[in-house]
Amino acid sequence: MRKREAKFGLLFIAPWIVGVLLFALFPFVASFVLSFTKYNIVAPPEWVGAAHYEHIFTDDPLFLKSLKNTAVYVGGSVAIRIILGFALALLLNTKVRLLGLWRTLFYVPSVVPIVALSIVWLYVLNARAGLLNWFLGFFGISRIRWFADPDFAMLAFLIMSTTWVGVTMVIFLAGLQGIPEEYYDAAKIDGANMAQRLWRVTIPLMTPTIYLNVLINIIGAFQVFTQVFIMTGGAPRDATRTYVLHLFDHAFQYLPPQMGYSSALAWILFMIIFAFTAVIVASSQRWVFYQGGEE
Amino acid sequence: MSEAGTAITRDYRLNDALSRVSQIIGRVLLYGILIFMSLWFIAPLFWMFMSSFMPLEQVGVFPVEWIPRVWQPENYTDALRFWKFGTTFRNTMIITIFSLFGDIGSCTLVAYGFARFRFPFRDTLFLILLATLMLPFAVRLIPVYAAYDAIGWIDTFYPLIVPNFFGNAFYIFICRQFFLGIPQDLLDAAKIDGANELRIFTQVMIPLAKPAIVVIAILSFQNSWNDFLGPLIYLKDPDLHTLAIGLYKFTSLPGQGGIYNQQMAASVMMVMPVLIVFFLFQKQFIQGANLSGMKG
Repeated sequence: MRKREAKFGLLFIAPWIVGVLLFALFPFVASFVLSFTKYNIVAPPEWVGAAHYEHIFTDDPLFLKSLKNTAVYVGGSVAIRIILGFALALLLNTKVRLLGLWRTLFYVPSVVPIVALSIVWLYVLNARAGLLNWFLGFFGISRIRWFADPDFAMLAFLIMSTTWVGVTMVIFLAGLQGIPEEYYDAAKIDGANMAQRLWRVTIPLMTPTIYLNVLINIIGAFQVFTQVFIMTGGAPRDATRTYVLHLFDHAFQYLPPQMGYSSALAWILFMIIFAFTAVIVASSQRWVFYQGGEE
Repeated sequence: MSEAGTAITRDYRLNDALSRVSQIIGRVLLYGILIFMSLWFIAPLFWMFMSSFMPLEQVGVFPVEWIPRVWQPENYTDALRFWKFGTTFRNTMIITIFSLFGDIGSCTLVAYGFARFRFPFRDTLFLILLATLMLPFAVRLIPVYAAYDAIGWIDTFYPLIVPNFFGNAFYIFICRQFFLGIPQDLLDAAKIDGANELRIFTQVMIPLAKPAIVVIAILSFQNSWNDFLGPLIYLKDPDLHTLAIGLYKFTSLPGQGGIYNQQMAASVMMVMPVLIVFFLFQKQFIQGANLSGMKG
């Protein structure tokens, strides 16, 4: 009976086993091997040892630059999603009227294809006639040349990312709605004011959700690519060249393609993401509180 | 005695009034913020829609204008002349539909296997499944591209469809959570009736799992419809382009940089199907987001 069960179980998961070997394990190992070779797709790979890594760390100014730009995006966009997403969820969790309407309005930009959003935001961020400069004009801020000025270009992408907090907000809202009313009643009886209730009841109970959202968003933000590729291609003066854009250019834009070099860049990115994830997971024991009874 | 009593009442009333005032201020502030944020989120999309009907000279005016001076639906027909909407739409549909079936079929099977059977290394394998979510696409990109190139799949839809038949870690996770919540009694009853494993799966589990399947279908649809990088590298032949690539190429055509109104019309055409699906299946979209936020 046990044997039969195991047989059926493995049969059911067989598609995934094949998939993980073909689309995860194989590329994972292959890109590591390729990162030590010179490879342009047409000719077979040619072993060069650690030369790419040496070049990246000593002789590729765009590596550090793109890493810095990406770090700015990761820090900024993750902070925006967590803080703004949480704040909006808190507002919607106050027995607000028309909850469904607000939630829908906040969610809509998250379902719009990124290509279309990028094209629209090119005009929103247009220096001469864009919506954003028009809006900022009401506060006496003179026109900003978003994509011509290296100091503002990355900020422009962060501003754009504020309209994508919908998914994070919805996840937070579901978490907030799951907190039993009795906890707040008990805190009120103990004389806790609103700020104390937020800080001592809501946030500790929400730490598992915050933890998960931080993880998901960090991993995603490190790989920011499409909107940068469409809107600036890394301009001005590489101020918006992100890490994945840099490695994409090496693999698919340069002639001949530098797939080996690009693989080395990809592996460094993997190590960085892995390190971040490991640190967050390890630190979670200190700041993530699971309610007793559950799991 | 009575004097103290009235003082307390008066005090109480004052407090009451004060707290009511602060409550009203709080509400006004709350709705003020909600309205401002909604405008912030929706304004770019609203402007996209409005400017797609504007005459070209109105799009670039400052201060910004919101209502077309003349409504010009011909922006849409003009955009269609440059952009093979029909072809790209058909290609996108083909990829989306096949991927959808692949995702639903493979993910429900695999999720059922993980949820309902005991086999060696099951938990380790499931951990590996979760770990693959962390693997950046950039790491897979090059070897997978090289492999497709080697077997002649560049400029075909296969690279965008076939992988979906081998399970997506995230959808499997969602579906497994759902299967775990289905009471074992139902399955035992079916077993006693003599149904075999495949029958239990197709005739008991699948109908019960409809809500999870709808969520996966929506995520899969969104994924294929919006995908940019995949079609960008795998489809070079313009006759195979998807909507996302067609739109991108249309806006970056040399000499087309200036026709904002037609670009917006093209964008509206690409966005509309997604928005329609979103408004029809709103509840499931929200559910999908929630399921993705569940702790494992």
